This record gives sequence, structure tokens and C-alpha cells, in this order.
Amino acid sequence: MASEAHGAEEGGLVFHPMDQFIIKPLFGGDTIHWYTPTNATLWMALAVVAVVAMMVFGTRRRAVIPSRSQSIGELAYGFIYKMVEDVAGKDAVKFFPYIMTLFMFIVFANFLGLIPMSFTTTSHFAVTVVLALLVFLTVTIVGFVKNGAGFLGLFWVSSAPLALRPILAVIELISYFVRPVSHSIRLAGNVMAGHAVIKVFAGFAAIAVVSPVSVVAITAMYGLEVLVAFIQAYVFTILTCVYLKDALHPSH
Amino acid sequence: MATTTTDAASHAADAASAPGMPQLDFTNWGNQIFWLLITLVVIYFVLSRIALPRIAAVLAERQGTITNDIAAAEELKAKAVEAEEAYNQALADARVEAQRIIAEAKAEIQAELDDATAKADAEISAKAAESEKAIAEIRAGALESIQEVADATANEVVAALGGKADADAVTKAVADRMKG
Repeated sequence: MASEAHGAEEGGLVFHPMDQFIIKPLFGGDTIHWYTPTNATLWMALAVVAVVAMMVFGTRRRAVIPSRSQSIGELAYGFIYKMVEDVAGKDAVKFFPYIMTLFMFIVFANFLGLIPMSFTTTSHFAVTVVLALLVFLTVTIVGFVKNGAGFLGLFWVSSAPLALRPILAVIELISYFVRPVSHSIRLAGNVMAGHAVIKVFAGFAAIAVVSPVSVVAITAMYGLEVLVAFIQAYVFTILTCVYLKDALHPSH
Repeated sequence: MATTTTDAASHAADAASAPGMPQLDFTNWGNQIFWLLITLVVIYFVLSRIALPRIAAVLAERQGTITNDIAAAEELKAKAVEAEEAYNQALADARVEAQRIIAEAKAEIQAELDDATAKADAEISAKAAESEKAIAEIRAGALESIQEVADATANEVVAALGGKADADAVTKAVADRMKG
């Protein structure tokens, strides 16, 4: 740390805010095969453990009067269930386990990533792109299976003047295919930016004069990141519900 | 100088891009996607097979319990109202019964009183009649006695005057006198 400070003062700031995102094999070695357990694997596994702890272990007593852990599990259940029902409609309830899976994974990956020295799986585009593509494919397939060619009505804005409709159709089509991009980059970008900024502030903390400001800034950023961790999971989930609504009821 | 700065800048850029954005290192995407899919599948099965049905059951059970409790409370409330009504009814009945008993008792007492009064009246009148009879007897007895005494006195007076008293004539004369 001291040498880093030295370097920072001398040779133009040397920070490594992105080092925290490097994927390393867990058990040594340099090559990463598709099956190699990495730090990403570890923190995904921990997310699974956290989900199981909260949703299965926490509710093991099946009490009518819930314990604290069971209340949290029920709260999460009710939160997402109501979101699916309100946003995507009653017939979307059969997708509830799927949406719940997405939400629980993202929210726990985000929160576990806030533990110092941890690895944030949702800061990687590989992860969020897969999540977003899963949603995109699900929504598209469900849309065509449920409505057949009628799903294309999503792009044909029947309330607009006839002359405008082809132009709007192109715009709608582009916006439809941009969805998975924005859906994935929004999540990974927010999470990555927050963590990188914290790391940058942490680099400044090595300079004695600015370290108090830096510590205050890190604290503030951390508070913000706690909010972002939840809000991004929420946003990802509610957008999934909105897209699902489009698939089930494609009329404008 | 200029070259050194550009050198330094390019060096810094090199240093920065050497790790670059690890997110854009596509060589490990396969690895991440593989483990992510496993993670999602595991979470999905845990949630859809164990956690969500369990929580749904608990919530349904709680809803049922609450509904039942509300129904039971309503039933108890209805029972309480019923009990109050029954109590009021009983109170009213008791009052009516009390009134009836009081009236009956009053009537009975009145009847007894009337009876006693009538009996007493009858007794009194019987006694009065008896007394009157006795008085009449006494009066009659007294008149007889007076006649006897007057008879005897008249006989004596006649004897004393030297006449020979005819007892029957004297008696007759006395009776005549007394009648007059």
C-alpha cells in the first residue's frame, strides 16, 4: 500500500480499480477451461448458499406466526409475486419461479459483492448478458407461442397515423432488439462502476492528506452501492416483468 | 520531452489495458456462462421445488387461519348478542312473573281479608242478636216479677185493711192496672 502511495504521488496515479474483476482459477493454475472452478464460481456458489439459507433454511419451520428469517423469505416472495402479478398480469404468475430465480440470484450476487475482498459476479457482462438473453429469448418465444403472428402487432402501433406506422415499426423493432443490450449493460455497468469508484477512492486513501476525505467518500459510496445493489436487482426484475407483459398482451 | 510524455502516456495506457476490463476478456466467458447456468438451474430447482411451494402453503395457511379466526370471532359475537337478548328476555319474563306473583298475593290477601271481615261481621251480628234476646228475656222476667210483687203487696194491703182478699180478684185487678 505504501509503495502504491509512493507511486501515486510520483509517477501519475497508478490505480488498479479493475483488478477486483479479474477472474482467477480457485485452485491455482493459469488456464481457465470452461469447467475450471474460479472465484466467480465460488461467489455464484455462495449466492446459491445464501438463497438456500434464506428461502429454505429460513422457512424450515413453516410457522403460521413467522420467525424473523421466515418473515424475510415471505417478504421476498410477496414482493416479487406482487410485482409479477401487478406488472405482467395474472397469467404471468406461472413465470413467477423463473423471475424469482433471476431476482434472488442478482440481489444476492450484488450484496455478496459488497463484502470487502469479495468478487461481484454481476459485474461481468458474461453473466448479465446471459441473464438478459434468457429473458429476451423467453419473452420472444412466449410471445410467438401465445399470440402467433399477432405478436408482431407489438411493432405495429395501431394508434398512430398510418403514414407514421412503418417508421414507428422500425423504431420499435430496433428498441426491441436493444432491450437485452440495455438490460444487461445497465446491471453490470452500475455494479462495476460503483465498485471501481470505491477502489479509486481507496487508492487516494493512501495519500495521508486526503485520506479522511477518501474514507468519508468510500463510506458514502458504499451506502450508495448498497442502494444500487438492491435497486438494480429490482430494476432488472421489473423490466423482465414489463417485457413479459408485452409478450402476453402485445397490444399497445 | 514530447516523446517521453507520449511514451509515458502510451506506457500508462498499456499498463491500464494490460488488465484492461476483465469483463471484456472473452476467453473466460465460457467458463462464467457454464457456472452461471448451473447456478441458475440450482436456484430455480431449489425455489420451484422447495422454497416457493412451502412459502405459498404457509401464506395460504395463514390466510385460512385469519379467515377462520375472523369467522369464529363473528360467531362468538353473534352468540354474545344472543346471550344478551336471552338475558334481557329472562329479565323481562322475571319482571312479569314478579308482577303476577305480587298481584296474586295481593288478591289472595284481599280475599282472606274479605273472608275474615265477613266472618267477623257475622259473628258480631250473631252476638248482637243473642244479646238482644237475653235483654228481652230479662225484661220479660222483670215484668213478671213486678206483677208477682204487686200481687203479693195488694193481697197484704187488702188483708191489712181488714178485708178478706179474694186472691183471683186481686190478681185480675192488678193485671188490669198494670196493663193500663
